[in-house]
Amino acid sequence: MINVIRAELTKLRRPSLSISTVVAVTFVTGLVTSLLFLLVDSPEGNGERGTRISREVLELSSGISISFKNSAGLLGIVALCIFAAQTAQEYTYGTLRNLLVRQPSRMKILVGKLIAMKMFAVVMVSISALLALSLSYIFAGVMDVSTAAWSTPDARSAVLRGFVNVLIATIGFGIFGMILGLLFRSPITAISIGVIWNLIIEGLLSVFISNLSKYFPGQLLSVVADGGTEKISYKYALLTSYSFLLAGLLIVAVLFKKRDVAN
Amino acid sequence: MSSPLAIDVADLSKKYGDRMALSHANFEVPMGSICGFVGPNGSGKTTTIRMLLGLITPSTGSGHVLGESITQPEKYLPRVGAMIEGPAFYPALTGKQNLAVLAKLGGLATDSIQKLLELVDLGDRGDSKFKTYSLGMKQRLGIAAALLPNPKLLVLDEPTNGLDPAGIHEIRTLLRKLADSGTTVFVSSHLLSEIEMISDYLVMLRQGKVIFSGKTIDLLAAQKPVIIAKPENSKDLKKLFEIANNLGKKAEIKDDIVEVIGDSDFSAKLNKSAFEAGITLTSLTPIRPTLEDTFFEMTGD
Ligand SMILES: Nc1ncnc2c1ncn2[C@@H]1O[C@H](COP(=O)(O)OP(=O)(O)O)[C@@H](O)[C@H]1O
Ligand SMILES: [Mg+2]
Repeated sequence: MINVIRAELTKLRRPSLSISTVVAVTFVTGLVTSLLFLLVDSPEGNGERGTRISREVLELSSGISISFKNSAGLLGIVALCIFAAQTAQEYTYGTLRNLLVRQPSRMKILVGKLIAMKMFAVVMVSISALLALSLSYIFAGVMDVSTAAWSTPDARSAVLRGFVNVLIATIGFGIFGMILGLLFRSPITAISIGVIWNLIIEGLLSVFISNLSKYFPGQLLSVVADGGTEKISYKYALLTSYSFLLAGLLIVAVLFKKRDVAN
Repeated sequence: MSSPLAIDVADLSKKYGDRMALSHANFEVPMGSICGFVGPNGSGKTTTIRMLLGLITPSTGSGHVLGESITQPEKYLPRVGAMIEGPAFYPALTGKQNLAVLAKLGGLATDSIQKLLELVDLGDRGDSKFKTYSLGMKQRLGIAAALLPNPKLLVLDEPTNGLDPAGIHEIRTLLRKLADSGTTVFVSSHLLSEIEMISDYLVMLRQGKVIFSGKTIDLLAAQKPVIIAKPENSKDLKKLFEIANNLGKKAEIKDDIVEVIGDSDFSAKLNKSAFEAGITLTSLTPIRPTLEDTFFEMTGD
């Protein structure tokens, strides 16, 4: 297992992937944080899907972690794309056959890939957290938002909780991506379906049919990142989203174990 | 068979939909030999190799590699190196990193990587990305990857594809060296001529069926040399044909020549008899058919 993880990390560490991941995480976090603060007085809204987060809310002790938590959805999409590509590419490059000659246990390959993905997600979320926190201070200064409450113990525990929840959500999206990658065995198909599903289908349907977001894995993972909402509890969101993911993972694991490797 | 076997398969088949990619194959590869695995494109070579490596499940039959059943590839794969259907690597990683991925995965030491790269003539290109490699370099990296575990059995699927004659020669020399040091080599090619001279054994496939498997020298023994005789006047074709027949040789008229089965010693005799019968020959050429021709003769093609 350790061997599989070491091999995976060698692939994930490549400069082209690390650099583009850092760029994507920076862009997503920077965008969400700057909109949150710079549009704080705008009637159009400054939060996710046009919600308004007022100056007063930002000045609370939890204010420091809002931008980070709001980045989770897009951060998740980044993770989904990376891990859909990382798994599907093994088929399109034909490299899976080489991996399986050196490690014939397909389950070890799958679990090793999952663990390496989680390690990668920790790094991604840490970068995003550092960036969101520092940008929050900078923009708070620019927009005259008081940061007095941000250095209290309450604020610190909010940041810690936020980090854990965003990490759980990001890993969830990563698993989602791996499921799609293994299912479709083509990076382009897996990524398109993942992005269209999360950004368009889930988004649109849950706007029109309000109850549906209770059953959508992407929406539920965003709720997990937020630590729960008024409508959907944290516990429900966590259990339901991860049940979906576990079921999906089980199905692709069986496929992965049984299917001929003819690419 | 008294010598231990590196590979043996019995009644092995693979069906894709209605098509038999491999149909009830039986063959054996002794330890320590170079075995050529030959057949035209689409004849089932890669399909067979994938089954031997546990990548696809056979539709019928069984097989053993290094004494272990192919249903339990984890028992023999640590001792097997393979390149399947051409080289496949991560384009954004360097040659070295690509080998490191596979070495780490197999729990192998990474310090032999540079030596292996030098062995396949990539010593100074190990730090270039795989996507910048030429086809020949990619093939050679594939061979280096197959050699990573210091294998007892080396399985190479068309390693000479896309190489120039010098490159093909280099690979032949390398395979010979490996076989001499005790590695069994199972190497496929769609061209018999590319590997016949280094193969101790041959397994030949056609449309999913094994049509020859055995020692290369047995196939060579079946080789029949022929003499091509061309009379000055095509009226004499029939007469020349009869002369050859009367001398006890099988002959055949083809266009404006007579093809006689016989070695070069016989050509002097034929020339003399033709001259005595008043036939002038414009050419008389003994030829040794290639193994490919012999082989198609044997299989009635
Ligand atoms: N995954 C697959 N699905 C369907 N048919 C296949 C597949 N792989 C190979 N075939 C078919 O099986 C036959 C043998 O292919 P292959 O083993 O690749 O031949 P070779 O390696 O000798 O060129 C071909 O007719 C090919 O089209
Ligand atoms: Mg092939």
